[in-house]
Amino acid sequence: MTDIGRGSAARLHALRDQGRAALIGYLPLGYPDVDGSVDAALAMVDAGVDVVELGVPYTDPVMDGPTIQHAVEHALAAGTRVRDVFGAVERIAASGAPVLVMTYWNPVLRYGVGPFARDLAAAGGAGLITPDLIPDEATEWVAASDEHHLDRVFLVAPSSTPERLAMTAAAARGFVYAASTMGVTGTRAQVGDQAERLVRDTRAAGADLVCVGLGVSTAAQATQVAGFADGVIVGSALVRALLDATDAAAGRRELARVAAELAAGVGSARG
Amino acid sequence: MTGHVPPRGGSAASQGLHRAVAALGERGPLAEQMGPYFGEFGGRFVPEALVAALDELDTAYHKALADPAFGAELERLHRTYTGRPSPLTEVPRFAEHVGGRARVFLKREDLNHTGSHKINNVLGQALLVKRMGKKRVIAETGAGQHGVATATAAALLDLDCTVYMGEEDTRRQALNVARMRLLGAEVVPVRIGSRTLKDAINEALRDWVANVETTHYLLGTVTGPHPFPEMVRDFHRVIGEEARAQLAEETGRLPDAVAACVGGGSNAMGIFNAFVDEPDVRLFGFEAGGEGIDSGRHASRFSGGAPGVLHGARSYLLQDSDGQTLPTHSVSAGLDYPSVGPAHAWLHSLGRATYRPVTDTEAMDAFALLCRTEGIIPAIESAHALAGVLALGPELDSWALDHDPLILVNLSGRGDKDVSTAAQWFGLLEEDV
Ligand SMILES: Cc1ncc(COP(=O)(O)O)c(C=O)c1O
Repeated sequence: MTDIGRGSAARLHALRDQGRAALIGYLPLGYPDVDGSVDAALAMVDAGVDVVELGVPYTDPVMDGPTIQHAVEHALAAGTRVRDVFGAVERIAASGAPVLVMTYWNPVLRYGVGPFARDLAAAGGAGLITPDLIPDEATEWVAASDEHHLDRVFLVAPSSTPERLAMTAAAARGFVYAASTMGVTGTRAQVGDQAERLVRDTRAAGADLVCVGLGVSTAAQATQVAGFADGVIVGSALVRALLDATDAAAGRRELARVAAELAAGVGSARG
Repeated sequence: MTGHVPPRGGSAASQGLHRAVAALGERGPLAEQMGPYFGEFGGRFVPEALVAALDELDTAYHKALADPAFGAELERLHRTYTGRPSPLTEVPRFAEHVGGRARVFLKREDLNHTGSHKINNVLGQALLVKRMGKKRVIAETGAGQHGVATATAAALLDLDCTVYMGEEDTRRQALNVARMRLLGAEVVPVRIGSRTLKDAINEALRDWVANVETTHYLLGTVTGPHPFPEMVRDFHRVIGEEARAQLAEETGRLPDAVAACVGGGSNAMGIFNAFVDEPDVRLFGFEAGGEGIDSGRHASRFSGGAPGVLHGARSYLLQDSDGQTLPTHSVSAGLDYPSVGPAHAWLHSLGRATYRPVTDTEAMDAFALLCRTEGIIPAIESAHALAGVLALGPELDSWALDHDPLILVNLSGRGDKDVSTAAQWFGLLEEDV
């Protein structure tokens, strides 16, 4: 894994030097609308989120639970287009936070892998998180992300074999995304000990930076995960704050409150 | 194999087929093509969490293939439980409507236990589940036929069973919902997205990611990530192998054309596979044309789609300019799916098989015709293949055969589940009179 200026690794390393894990916050592009999602992401950064994960809405999000499914369905119904992601990334990245785009693979294929990488880099994006693209299928994306110096964040899971952990660590740039449990996005009462074991195994397999996501929703869980991972990835708990609000402004206030609480949780972990 | 192939010059089209098959022969028979890729199609576009289970399945499957005891057990079940071999029935009164002196033979998968070809694949996978030591199966279903077959195998082999079904489909196939519940399966109506088959698959995949240690996803067609397209084809190849031998016994020849409906593509692949390396046999797949390609309300991937990734495989896909999956429409729930098995995309790209749309109306007309001329009520899915064959009539002359055209059709299922749809369509209920 190489450090590139705008990539997520530089930020994660800087935080690590301060003895801190990063808080990585997910929001879907287009909820409640494109501008609203940019405002929400900026509010989240103001409240202490270090790295933004901006999701491209997709009709068949098989790695997402009900909360994110509902937000994404709304974003699509509201007319959100894939190309809207570039302008949104540019505006969010202006805050100084690295912005990773989370996308299922078909929208990228349809746009063209090379053109997508080019336009994402031009917008100042840090790279992609690809929940349904494994390194085995990523030849074209590896070439495009090399050319445009973009992060390629692949996932590992508790079911990954040591061989696959090593292969994924070698293919990744930025960080490796460790799924805390077997399952899809959503809030869970507990973060199991599989997460800590997976982070340890992924590092042993050669990964420098490993962040943990899926099911992390409370400050206490954030503290726990920040104790063993380089970053804590939160999605559904933040999206829920927007979904439950009566209007966009109230949604942003609640989002900022939840984000600040999570940031405090991450900050109180022993480094 | 027994089919006798007379040598002949043939038309330009048939020379094209010869070239396609010859070019491929260099890479081994088409019928034995293994995943993960079929040309540029197929692969494994899945969350990493599922890769270990797919590898486990691939290993278990190839071990089973090499084990004569597995083949013997599956063969015994097919003989004593499924009712194989399924008969081959010549349908001369129906064939008159094709014209061109065509002889038409139906491969009667409708007579299998549970009413369709789906049971072939389900019993194969269910035996594998036992070998892998898993206790629970999940499945998606559209028309309900795959769900019923899975619930049946789960009852037979003592497995827990959950079937995901789009809410829209639970309504139009209510009888099959009841059948699955009678068989002890849990049926979960899916209320997100378009509430049809593709959303049922999304939910099944989410369940699988969370429960993959104990659960097998018993996928119902030749789609999905490797090894499903290859494995499901292999469990259905018995259809084509039986039909080829039966037809040879009956007529001493190979068919001139083989026809099947194509949803995900399993019944078509099962019957095509025995003929795919025979350059003189034309292969026709009929997709759901719905209300017509121009209406936008259809499920014809090869007429209206483009290559893309859905549910783990790269294949032809109905998608918009953003790569979002498009809604589909068909009078038949079993053909109402936006993508298609990658091996069909491959045969299409090679020009080895021809895929054409059949509209709702054409399918329902053929449905009625088979009922009236032959006393067989087909599944509406299978009626698409029948309609496609009726439309072949005018082009039979161009095949330049030296004998009466011989057409083999996969009658993939029976129409019991479709009686209420058909009754409504034709206005046969008292309140409609
Ligand atoms: C009777 C029948 N035929 C065909 C199909 C379509 O599936 P496939 O294309 O995999 O054969 C179905 C699916 O439900 C079916 O029930």
